[in-house]
Amino acid sequence: MTSSKLYNAIFAAGISLILACLMIGVKLDTDGSTLAVKGATTEQWMWIFGGIAVVFLSQLFSAQVDALFGAIPKPNFQKVLPQGEKMAALKPWLISAVIVVMLIWPFMVSRGTVDLATLTLIYIMLGLGLNIVVGLAGLLDLGFVAFYAVGAYTYALLSQYFGMSFWACLPISAAMAAGFGFLLGFPVLRLRGDYLAIVTLGFGEIIRILLNNWTSLTGGPNGISGIAKPGLFGLEFNRRAKEEGAVTFHEYFGMDYSSSYKVIFLYLIAVLLVICVIYLINRLMRMPIGRAWEALREDEIACRSLGLNRTAIKLSAFTLGASTAGFAGCFFAARQGFISPESFVFIESAIILAIVVLGGMGSQVGIIFAAIIMTILPEMAREFAEYRMLLFGLLMVVMMRWRPEGLVPMKRPNLELKQQ
Amino acid sequence: MSEFSLYLLQQLINGLTIGSTYALIAIGYTMVYGIIGMINFAHGEIYMIGSYVTFIVIAGLMGMGIASLPIILIIALVVAIFISSTYGWTVERVAYRPLRGTNRLIPLISAIGMSIFLQNFVVLSQGSRDVALPPQITGGWNFGDPSLFEVSLSYMQVLIFAVTFISMTLLTLFISRSRMGRACRACSEDLGMTNLLGIDTNKIIALTFIVGAALAAIAGLLLGLYYGVVNPFVGFIAGLKAFTAAVLGGIGSIPGAMLGGLILGVTEAMTAAFFPSEYKDVVSFGLLVTILLFRPSGLLGKPEVEKV
Repeated sequence: MTSSKLYNAIFAAGISLILACLMIGVKLDTDGSTLAVKGATTEQWMWIFGGIAVVFLSQLFSAQVDALFGAIPKPNFQKVLPQGEKMAALKPWLISAVIVVMLIWPFMVSRGTVDLATLTLIYIMLGLGLNIVVGLAGLLDLGFVAFYAVGAYTYALLSQYFGMSFWACLPISAAMAAGFGFLLGFPVLRLRGDYLAIVTLGFGEIIRILLNNWTSLTGGPNGISGIAKPGLFGLEFNRRAKEEGAVTFHEYFGMDYSSSYKVIFLYLIAVLLVICVIYLINRLMRMPIGRAWEALREDEIACRSLGLNRTAIKLSAFTLGASTAGFAGCFFAARQGFISPESFVFIESAIILAIVVLGGMGSQVGIIFAAIIMTILPEMAREFAEYRMLLFGLLMVVMMRWRPEGLVPMKRPNLELKQQ
Repeated sequence: MSEFSLYLLQQLINGLTIGSTYALIAIGYTMVYGIIGMINFAHGEIYMIGSYVTFIVIAGLMGMGIASLPIILIIALVVAIFISSTYGWTVERVAYRPLRGTNRLIPLISAIGMSIFLQNFVVLSQGSRDVALPPQITGGWNFGDPSLFEVSLSYMQVLIFAVTFISMTLLTLFISRSRMGRACRACSEDLGMTNLLGIDTNKIIALTFIVGAALAAIAGLLLGLYYGVVNPFVGFIAGLKAFTAAVLGGIGSIPGAMLGGLILGVTEAMTAAFFPSEYKDVVSFGLLVTILLFRPSGLLGKPEVEKV
């Protein structure tokens, strides 16, 4: 052990003490009309010094600690699956097996679990949408939640004012979100990447502020409630039909009423939407436009020299990503039955971006895994409710340091020529 | 002068007050961006921590029975700068340095994570409710026609102008005259080359975060005293505004950040004069988009030459 290590450890411990002493060691307290400070309890000081001791020791034995962390295997799901020809033969079976399982399992588990799975599917949809923008086209969008909000509010408003059904609103929501994406992207996409980040961030805030303050249309902070749930060819999933003479789902099929039908039906719609989105994006990635997105991300100057229209390509990615978010938003509004601007804050954008980066930018399988992790983990951490966001932030930092390339690094779709 | 122009003058004073604090925070963004080309997402939280430390020190010293306001403020300033700089340094050390040289998005995500972490850290340690400090510096000058509209310039606003002016002057001198400042400029020209010339670029990058955090702490003290309220969530919106100011002025350029901050502050105040104040954010982002459309590199930014 060299003295430089000891010096480092003492330095790190000193820094931790400075960080902790005022912000944790002293608490502001309003005492009547004046502001007073209150020292931490002995127990809190024990925790502070415990933490400092941990920092000190981990710096002192940094080599051993690094070795220990290095020994943890980095998950790479790519290696679990067989490669090459075997994979090509196996793939259709694998996909159909996954789909069959996805369709069957909600009938065997509790309502809450199915509901959580539906939420996960929404995040998968959002992640896939942002993946087009960030992962494939390489455009940093920090206000993705704005398009999600546009989709959700489009359905909520159309349903409230014109009584339009979910299925009619689904394409309209997507088109509205795409329209907003086009309007925003048209002036901004000619600019450098970092400006796009801040402009989209600002756009997200603008949408939220508008929704919050345009009380006559959106209901302001109170949101919109009583949004109609989707039905199956006009059959409702309520106990009694809303309109006189209409038939509900359980009456039509002569079954007893159960509230879980509605939850499972919503889940199945989400599965259907996600499969559609995955299929479409997969096709797009193999089309010239998909190749152009990736080419533009890799080298913009080369692309322009080859005669690709930079703005049109970026705009198509941006608009498609936005329309996917519009889909997700429309479904979200239908599932919740209630929406308010609270659901569309910046942290949602950050979570979706984290899903894309954690999954491995551009990789669809990775994003599905990441979306599952990001929705299930906070649910599991319910007991630490107050520490939840703290842990979430910490996890983002740790994941980026530990595995920056994501859980499943992207693999380009390719075909191999068989050896004769 | 007519009532209306006096009202506009009042809004101009208010706008310049807020704008000069935006400028202080914006410098932190612009310096970091100028050197490593990354958005320091946790910078707004550093400002928020600066505000909290100021409140803690002021409340603590008053509780100890020290009555002299200048002494309290100077101690609060020094402690806030010290603690915030330590936070700034730690953010660089934990969330940026290990990730240097990777894809640009990676440090951005870890910085967003850091920002969420710091915000919730303060929620847990200090509570999520507003903490209010009774006004410390009261009074001011009133002028204008009392029968029409009285324009007031409070001592607090004068203090904000003075402190901002002194900090900006010191920073400009530091960047243009000192050895370290020259190294900073060299780093923003060409990081790799500076390294080859024997300057410890790691140290310079850490220094940039520390200087930015110190300026954010000053802004935290000033705005904390001005508004008299702080909560753990003030950092996000202030950071967003300051970043807008930095982009407006041309990111990477320090005079640009100062100009951008002032323009943004005045625009907001003028908007608040004519529209409901909720819409001032909408107008300031609208301004940003418009300026970027016609001057893509900001007001004072250097146009970027793309090299192959």
